Amino acid sequence: MQRPFIRGLKHGIPIALGYLSVSFAFGIQAVGTGLSPLQAVLISLTNLTSAGQLAGIQLMAAAAPLVEMALTQLTINLRYALMSLSLSQKMDEDMTTPRRMLFSFANTDEIFAVASGQPGKVGHSYLYGLMLLPYFGWALGTLLGAVAGTLLPAFVTRALGIAIYGMFLAIIIPPSRKQKPVRTVVLFSAALSLLFRYLPLLRGIPAGYAIILCAVAASCLGAALFPVREEGGA
Amino acid sequence: MSWQTFLPYLVVMAAVTYLIRMLPLTVFRREIKSVFVRSFLYYVPYAVLAAMTIPDIFYATGYVSGGDPAPLWCALCGLVTAVLFAWRGKGLLTVAIAACVGVALAQGVGMMVG
Repeated sequence: MQRPFIRGLKHGIPIALGYLSVSFAFGIQAVGTGLSPLQAVLISLTNLTSAGQLAGIQLMAAAAPLVEMALTQLTINLRYALMSLSLSQKMDEDMTTPRRMLFSFANTDEIFAVASGQPGKVGHSYLYGLMLLPYFGWALGTLLGAVAGTLLPAFVTRALGIAIYGMFLAIIIPPSRKQKPVRTVVLFSAALSLLFRYLPLLRGIPAGYAIILCAVAASCLGAALFPVREEGGA
Repeated sequence: MSWQTFLPYLVVMAAVTYLIRMLPLTVFRREIKSVFVRSFLYYVPYAVLAAMTIPDIFYATGYVSGGDPAPLWCALCGLVTAVLFAWRGKGLLTVAIAACVGVALAQGVGMMVG
């Protein structure tokens, strides 16, 4: 049996590689909206979340009020509360409160997915190993994108701009295919989002609030029509 | 962006994101009983990501500083490519790269035609 830390490190390699490419695109987008490379890297070092960071730089570019920033981050990242809640049931006794506080910083979609897939309980050695490479991969990719992204031809950076959305689609499409409730929620949310963008009266609502309203409405619809009885199965 | 503008945004983003992840793991350990709340929370990630992707992905190929964005149909080509790969159950990295390649190919075709 491998030491848990080494096992965690190994499990983190594919996540880190994925993060490297997606954060590269984030770095390009961040400098594209007027941030310096250092600012882009600071965001990645302190947030570690693709969707939240992307919305964050868009709100900064729009000079949105801080309240809108806070509410947008709250809504977009609300899923992490669920994941943390779920992982708290899976933690070894050696996960003291300070250790939980350290690990929770890195509880991303992918790290959560890998950690919950482990048989039995998970301890701090494994979790620290798991979070290490993805964390630095995310920061390094951001730095490379922010610095070298401007050296790349526009042809390439335009193509990379879609990378984060590709990752989002990879998260929502497979469950949408298998579960009708998820499909319904996804389509309803996307349709609402289109209305908020293009309908004359709704168009004036700031993008951050529009995402919140879409997500809350679609999730309420899902919860009302298709209550989830069992963990993970709708 | 000036640091005076940037730092408050950074602190708010980081603090909110961290508290959301940290509080349920440390303070709040009780199980949620309400089926509605549990169901609501189950659907939140999918609803958020769908609203963030549509319609923003249509404009995702225009983030370059300087120069024109790629035409809309290039982004649509990337969207369709990503959906096809995700539909077949490919991983995050594969789908993200496939979307980029879709946009790149569309731009290449556009250059040859136009």
